[in-house]
Amino acid sequence: MTQPLLKLEGLKKHFPTSTGGVFSKVKGTVKAVDGIDLEINAGQTIGLVGESGCGKTTAGRTILKLYEPTEGKIIFEGEDLAPLSAKKMKPYRSQMQMIFQDPFASLNPRHTVGSLIAAPFQIQGITPEGGIVEEVQRLMKRVGLNPEHINRYPHEFSGGQRQRIGVARAIALKPKLIVADEPVSALDVSIQAQVVNLLEDLQDEFNMAYIFVAHDLSVVQHISDRVIVMYLGKVMEEADKVDLFSHPRHPYTKALLSAVPVPDPKIGRTRERIILKGDLPSPVNPPSGCVFNTRCWKAQDRCRTEVPQLMQIGTNHRIACHFPED
Amino acid sequence: MTTYKPFLEVKNLNVAFPTEDGLVKASSDISFTVARGETLAVVGESGSGKSVTSLAVMGLHNRKSAQISGQAFLNLDSGPVDVISADEEIVRKLRGKAMSMIFQDPMSALHPYYSIGNQLIEAWELYNEGSKEDGKKRAIEMLDLVGIPAASKRVDEYPHQFSGGMRQRVMIAMALINNPSLLIADEPTTALDVTVQSQILQLIRDMQKEFNMALILITHDLGVVAEVADRVNVMYAGKIVESGSADDIYYRPDHPYAIGLLNSIPRVDKLESQRLVAIPGQPPSLIHLPQGCSFRARCEFADRVPGNLCATTTPTLDQKGDGHFSRCHLPESELVKARVEIGGRK
Repeated sequence: MTQPLLKLEGLKKHFPTSTGGVFSKVKGTVKAVDGIDLEINAGQTIGLVGESGCGKTTAGRTILKLYEPTEGKIIFEGEDLAPLSAKKMKPYRSQMQMIFQDPFASLNPRHTVGSLIAAPFQIQGITPEGGIVEEVQRLMKRVGLNPEHINRYPHEFSGGQRQRIGVARAIALKPKLIVADEPVSALDVSIQAQVVNLLEDLQDEFNMAYIFVAHDLSVVQHISDRVIVMYLGKVMEEADKVDLFSHPRHPYTKALLSAVPVPDPKIGRTRERIILKGDLPSPVNPPSGCVFNTRCWKAQDRCRTEVPQLMQIGTNHRIACHFPED
Repeated sequence: MTTYKPFLEVKNLNVAFPTEDGLVKASSDISFTVARGETLAVVGESGSGKSVTSLAVMGLHNRKSAQISGQAFLNLDSGPVDVISADEEIVRKLRGKAMSMIFQDPMSALHPYYSIGNQLIEAWELYNEGSKEDGKKRAIEMLDLVGIPAASKRVDEYPHQFSGGMRQRVMIAMALINNPSLLIADEPTTALDVTVQSQILQLIRDMQKEFNMALILITHDLGVVAEVADRVNVMYAGKIVESGSADDIYYRPDHPYAIGLLNSIPRVDKLESQRLVAIPGQPPSLIHLPQGCSFRARCEFADRVPGNLCATTTPTLDQKGDGHFSRCHLPESELVKARVEIGGRK
């Protein structure tokens, strides 16, 4: 069997919280990501979903070592990247790239589009065939930007176009893996579809693997092959897309899916909806036992004391729940 | 048959802002009505004029910097009042009482230095005689009604002690404390997580029933619209391009923009993952609106309209069916084909 492109083993990222002030002391830890295992192959898309504060963004950044992992392995093509220094990471950086959520904050306003997209070549010291300018223009054309605009600044572009600049920069070095953190959530509906289609086309062309971090389950459902549902830093459920969306087994996944509005009035008015009580608990002080027990309608005493382990319950389907749905 | 009695009647409303680069025509030729107990959803992308229109109805634009024309009548028991031409002092006294508004971001809409209770009492005192204690009692009553647990305790807490969903509940309590007849909710759930969104939408619906309010829900989320709207206005580049019942818009859309929009969104309940049908291009600048139809540059059916009409003449909002209007030159026969063509690509 061939090895997967990327394999995570028990990846954790904990942040210390401090008392603040001059003599600040470490008070506790926020377990932003508390153990993720996954395998992703070339050309595959894994969706990472959950509500704000569930740790999906931290997970995405830790995979790329933008955060130093607290524990666990990040095995990229057989090599564990977790212990590598920043210097030793550099050659791997060209193979794993990121697309950010906010196309306004992620592009330096003082740089031209040309220099933004050329930056990866300069950092890695690579001169593409035909020169950097030609390659940048080719990339701009590929993502649907006018190559004549190479000397313009980010503010001269709309949100959708800026996200295309971000995409061009991410694919410049032909990476094998892209972590896309909410890449379309800041865009208008009619523009979202354009960018989603672009990402899909590029994946077909370069056989890249995507880790697609998003809270919009409709988009995740559309783009992913496999989906991981997170809640307060923990993986609640993990399954192939069709399995997860047609037959969710974790109560949280079920509630989450039922809360997504469907653009069809007849279905929207009649669909059975599970309305969860309350809000997400603070990640500084998560509930004992199963982290979801405070909002779960099936919670029993056992859920409040015993942490459910992620268990296999079907082909490629894993959940962490004491009382799964049928 | 009971007659339809609108509470709000907007007629030919235009809002424009003069800037150094030219006049921004933020919303043009807007006419619509909404009755008590009815929910009107306004959908459109950023810059389509949905918020600008409702701020004009609330009288919240600076009259010195915004050029506003047209009429917006509130049909009060004492008779109709045009909030566009009425004295600012009169409009101020309607705000919070006859009409109320909730905003997208509950953190910036609440004052961080005052307790939740003080902010609610302040709103109550504007229109009610009585002591601070009476006000506080009413504030606790409202917090209870919007589902804040331990309301009598939490009334003395500050906004930062509330979560996003709880803050939005406080905003709703504040907007409703004086029993308004019209509630404008501007993207009330956009900043919230999806499980909290469904709680807040349910609450808004319950409150609408409880107070028999006319509700205008501004959103870009077509899923939310499908769940709550009776009628829908679709806006594009400052104009209403289509309006009708929710069923009209979702099952018989007439405007190529509305057809395109509905086909461009992925659906969580549809598991076939074909390519999304994107609308090419992007909305025009509101300063340099093209001649003719604003959607023409992105519309693939413009060349099927005889005589280059789309490039020369701005289409009018024409009746297509009972209560169903669309702003498009495309003949009916071509429309049917367009719907099938776009839908067939999925």
